[in-house]
Amino acid sequence: MNTPVIELDNLTVRLSGREILRGLTGSLSGRTIGLLGPNGAGKSTMINTLLGFYPITGGTGRILGLDIRTQQREIRRQIGYMPENDSFIGHMNAVSQVRYMAELSGLPPEAALERAHEALYYVGLGEARYRKLNGYSLGMKQMAKLAQAVVHGPKLVILDEPTNGLDPSARQRMLRLIKEMRDSGNMHIVLCSHLLRDVEETCEEVVILKQGKIVHISNLEEERKLNKRFLELETYGTQNGFVDAAEKLGCECAALDGGRVKLILGEGVEVRDIYQLAADRELQLRRVSYRRDTLEDIFLKAMRGEDL
Amino acid sequence: MAVYKRTYKPYTGVMTPEWSRFLILPRYAWKTVFQTRFILILYVLCFFYPVGAAIAIYLNHNLSFLGQFMPLPKTGGLFEVSGSFFEWFTAIQAVMAFLMTSFVGPGLVSGDLINNALPLYFCRPFSRTEYVFGKLAVIALLLAYITWVPGLILFGIQASLEGWTWLTNNLWLAWAVFITNFIWTLLISLVSLAISAWVRWKVVAGGMLLVILFLGAGVAQAINVILRTDAGYWIDMGTNFAQICANFYRIKGGDKISTQEALVSLLAMCGFSIWLLWRKVRAYEVAR
Repeated sequence: MNTPVIELDNLTVRLSGREILRGLTGSLSGRTIGLLGPNGAGKSTMINTLLGFYPITGGTGRILGLDIRTQQREIRRQIGYMPENDSFIGHMNAVSQVRYMAELSGLPPEAALERAHEALYYVGLGEARYRKLNGYSLGMKQMAKLAQAVVHGPKLVILDEPTNGLDPSARQRMLRLIKEMRDSGNMHIVLCSHLLRDVEETCEEVVILKQGKIVHISNLEEERKLNKRFLELETYGTQNGFVDAAEKLGCECAALDGGRVKLILGEGVEVRDIYQLAADRELQLRRVSYRRDTLEDIFLKAMRGEDL
Repeated sequence: MAVYKRTYKPYTGVMTPEWSRFLILPRYAWKTVFQTRFILILYVLCFFYPVGAAIAIYLNHNLSFLGQFMPLPKTGGLFEVSGSFFEWFTAIQAVMAFLMTSFVGPGLVSGDLINNALPLYFCRPFSRTEYVFGKLAVIALLLAYITWVPGLILFGIQASLEGWTWLTNNLWLAWAVFITNFIWTLLISLVSLAISAWVRWKVVAGGMLLVILFLGAGVAQAINVILRTDAGYWIDMGTNFAQICANFYRIKGGDKISTQEALVSLLAMCGFSIWLLWRKVRAYEVAR
């Protein structure tokens, strides 16, 4: 059986007298793990605790099977970290900084230099690698941070809000890189973000945090396999048993106020069947929105505290 | 790497020993430090006195050469290479070391704090202790080459010219040269790093270091005069160091503070600096 990437066992963190993480428990094994939650949910605190930056108040955790309380140095040998905020060594150019970081990770100087060039080419900064980092644009700084996180070839890369502040094309480039790293099969990725689309696009497993607690752990792959399809209708007039008929077709239905109906389409049921059903009952459909089950639904339900 | 090979691949080569990684910091820091021409010139100036002293020792043993140019005493040398000779050397090089530190030290930690670089260091197998050791090595090794290393070279030159008897009789001088200069370089390195971590702004940090040395002496005098005591000397780095030097070089020192008290005072300053560094050098500060 594969070792879980992250295991949490009642992990509690108290900072300045305030409990930030409250008894986190769970096991995550996906190649890419998304860490979701609204601002202040404890995502960054969780990452910083796993990295050993914050002291643990209670419980423990394991990364790649190594205890975060007692094997911090071993853990750090195997991970790469991309911080959320601007982080660079002043007055250094990209090659120097990435080489410096590689050497601190244990690479000999010559190998570090070679890997620094490779990593910078890999993230698309090949042409700008001799420019000083404090002159980089925000998108370039994000890429440079990614380069220093992967230069030493870690088994696990922790990315804290990697698409923060990026324009659409830079964001796409970053997501493409994350997917490439995932598909290379050489490393696990933990992606911390409040952007659902980024997580949905790149992650296999997702942890949702709210007020310092894990409110949901979901395997997005399995959710996708379930392939739920949703229909939201806004009807006008008497429904004449429309909901019952839809249920007979194999749909799950919920009639809401103001003539609104939410349906989960059953197997073999198509949207045109619902149109037909409404037409048979002379029911006016003012608005129809069709979508598949998204991470947004899972996230919103988790935030509302509903059962998932 | 060829463009078509731009894919991610893990590193599988050899790794450097972990104990040696703190030495990476000085290697990179010196590159930056010596890019500034002013610091380079100042560092070269720091070698003037040791080189002059070495020439003086040589000439002191080769009076026939000097005698061609000026009248000389018939017996003995021009000067005696004793405790006071090396005490002078230490005093002058201590000032030069302090000047170097006030230009090099303030930017060492503050740069990383301002640019939020500490998480990049500490997410690797590199601890806070190694970071502080590495940054300390940047200054301490730089200062070693202008303080105790040339001091010991001067001692070696004198010993080689004077002979075995002088060497065995004056071996304590070598220890005095090493320990006094080591104490001073350690003290000013730690104080400058602590200020750099605390103040963050390089210019202010540099100014503060000068203030601590010069204003510290002024404040010490004020305390002594107002409270009619000698307790003010506890915060006077210069006086304390002079007292320690006097003791080690076996010359008459002041009676303002005892050597033990001076040593305790300087050690307390080192301890306080380490405590400040320990508080500030963290990946992330916890907002209170």
